[in-house]
Amino acid sequence: MTPFTKLTSSAVPLPIEDVDTDQIIPARFLKAVTRDGFGENLFRDWRYDKEDQPKEDFVLNNPTYSGQILVAGANFGCGSSREHAAWAIGDFGFRVVVSSYFADIFRGNALNNGILPLVVSPTLLDEILQTIEQNPVAAFTINLEAQTFKNETTGTVSTFDIDNYKKTCLINGYDDIDYLLSQGELIEKFERERVDFSLA
Amino acid sequence: MKLGGKANLALNPSLLPRPRRKKIKIGHSYERSISLPLSQQDLSPKYIMAKTLFDKVWDAHVVTEIPGGNQVLYIDRHLIHEVTSPQAFDGLRRRKLPLLRKDRIVATADHNVPTIDQHKPITEPLSAKQVQMLTENCAEFDVQLFGLGHPYQGIVHVIGPELGITRPGITMVCGDSHTSTHGAFGAIAFGIGTSQVEQVMATQCLLLTPPKKMRISVDGDLAPGVTAKDLILYVISQVGTGGGTGYFVEYAGSAIRALSMEGRMTICNMSIEMGARGGLIAPDQTTFDYLEGREFSPKGKDWDDALAYWKSLPTEDGANFDFELNYKAEDITPMITYGTNPGMGMGVKEAIPVSSRVHNKASIDKAMKYMGLEAGMHLENQPIDYVFIGSCTNSRIEDLRAVVGLVGNRKVAAGVTAIVVPGSQQVSKQAIAEGLDKKLVAAGFEFREAGCSACLGMNDDKIPAGKYCVSTSNRNFEGRQGPGARTILASPLTAAAAAVTGRVVDVRKFV
Repeated sequence: MTPFTKLTSSAVPLPIEDVDTDQIIPARFLKAVTRDGFGENLFRDWRYDKEDQPKEDFVLNNPTYSGQILVAGANFGCGSSREHAAWAIGDFGFRVVVSSYFADIFRGNALNNGILPLVVSPTLLDEILQTIEQNPVAAFTINLEAQTFKNETTGTVSTFDIDNYKKTCLINGYDDIDYLLSQGELIEKFERERVDFSLA
Repeated sequence: MKLGGKANLALNPSLLPRPRRKKIKIGHSYERSISLPLSQQDLSPKYIMAKTLFDKVWDAHVVTEIPGGNQVLYIDRHLIHEVTSPQAFDGLRRRKLPLLRKDRIVATADHNVPTIDQHKPITEPLSAKQVQMLTENCAEFDVQLFGLGHPYQGIVHVIGPELGITRPGITMVCGDSHTSTHGAFGAIAFGIGTSQVEQVMATQCLLLTPPKKMRISVDGDLAPGVTAKDLILYVISQVGTGGGTGYFVEYAGSAIRALSMEGRMTICNMSIEMGARGGLIAPDQTTFDYLEGREFSPKGKDWDDALAYWKSLPTEDGANFDFELNYKAEDITPMITYGTNPGMGMGVKEAIPVSSRVHNKASIDKAMKYMGLEAGMHLENQPIDYVFIGSCTNSRIEDLRAVVGLVGNRKVAAGVTAIVVPGSQQVSKQAIAEGLDKKLVAAGFEFREAGCSACLGMNDDKIPAGKYCVSTSNRNFEGRQGPGARTILASPLTAAAAAVTGRVVDVRKFV
């Protein structure tokens, strides 16, 4: 996993609520058996028409907007557990998704792939979207160590919450599996000593 | 039924080494009547407080806690399928890790499989490759596979319960969000991403932040024609598609208790559609009657011991929930969805809301444009083109019986394509034994072979762009049933009524 510490970038606005993982990556593109190349089909049906021509009105096809930060409406990533959604977002080049809240499974998948799901208040979300509307190349700085989000245009700095363990993982590029493997003895002890009445 | 393979033997509980047991005093709480090893004893103040079903199951599976509150949770059962497992197997190979406990993992092929001519090779090359890769991976890692052609093949959330792999008091995961289905048995069951599939394969554990707890109680009697599907669509329409985020939901109340296991599975299945991590229902006699005698259910003394434990699981009086919601069964009518997420649902007699408590106007406008509908419209009598009866939500034998019962001597309306897809080979076999297949075909339905089918537009079964499909599945997202497909979620009864009338109708007229 690529470590994440600090990022300054412009942002891509997607002010739609309840963006589900079927939009992020439709099921028919889940057939790959590796983790690579999903970025090509990120938001496939919003990005391309039936003839596979780019839809001009979709933000990812608009050259005005670019950057490694995606700013989306509430409940981003709801629906399916497909990690392909996080792979597609990462493969496209985003490192941070900003929203007022994330669906649980997507949030976990993003963190397991070095993508920061950054939760801001609904008010701040509106403010960020306004800044981008006024200046599409407006820069934002995310400092994970300090847990700060800075709007470089207004100079406003806000803090964000993140689980300490997950923060350490992101900064160092660790995956949960590294930690779980280090707990092997405790896991085996649990197996030896548990009383499993369900005979699971 | 003959099953081959070493892993299968390991799955049979009677052949597993017996766990060390302690006496349980029936009538006393489980925690106080047995002596657990110190590592498993919960010495925090909550030990003496009333516990919820969720607490009891969760606490019995905590291996350790790390500073900050995350916990390592032991996973009893891991189900895998062809779509979300290949990268996890690859991860094991890359890290040179073994599969830690092969007796705790079961595989099936469901998402990609065709529902016609399953005995022939899959024609679509990428689907064929994914299914082939599952077969190869299971052979390499010695995983029990109920693959295409196996009598136990089917939708992963249909086969777990019907084989008795799912049971109360266990933790269960699968790389699929509808794993919440298994919570109907009083298990903690939830969907995970592929990185977590790999973690469970390698360590039989996950590192998790304990979720908050919500209880949704529904009391009273459901009216004739109103089903478990209507109940959960109603709840989701009230809570919204993200209202359950961060929570694990326990469903309670007399309307829930009155449901069959099939109905309870439909309820728990859709927990994820309100954003909840999972849903669960306390085990009771309905649960035990369903499980007794199933292929992999405990037998003999093991059954008696397990049963005594399962009876100790229900939430105790006074146990604490972070959030509680109460609904009346009498307020629930046959439900349909009008928009592009399951929270956009309404009673069949209602008009599409101009705005709602849980969705802003922009979201509704976007959804209406996709659906070719307008706020203020009624959907009753709306002509439809397709009917899909199937998916992990509603493809069990009870669903198929309900459909056949409603259809009676009626025929599928002209211009409507109606397909029925049993959830598993076992459901299919049972339906055929009861003659349901013949009745459906005589009425003009297609009776297909088991799989996920038109729930998710990943296999050959897709709804064409712009067409309306009344579907018993769980998601009406844009493109879910195929690019441009317009999904109206409903119960099997409402779907059957739509098939024979060619319209969205109030099914209460038919029952």
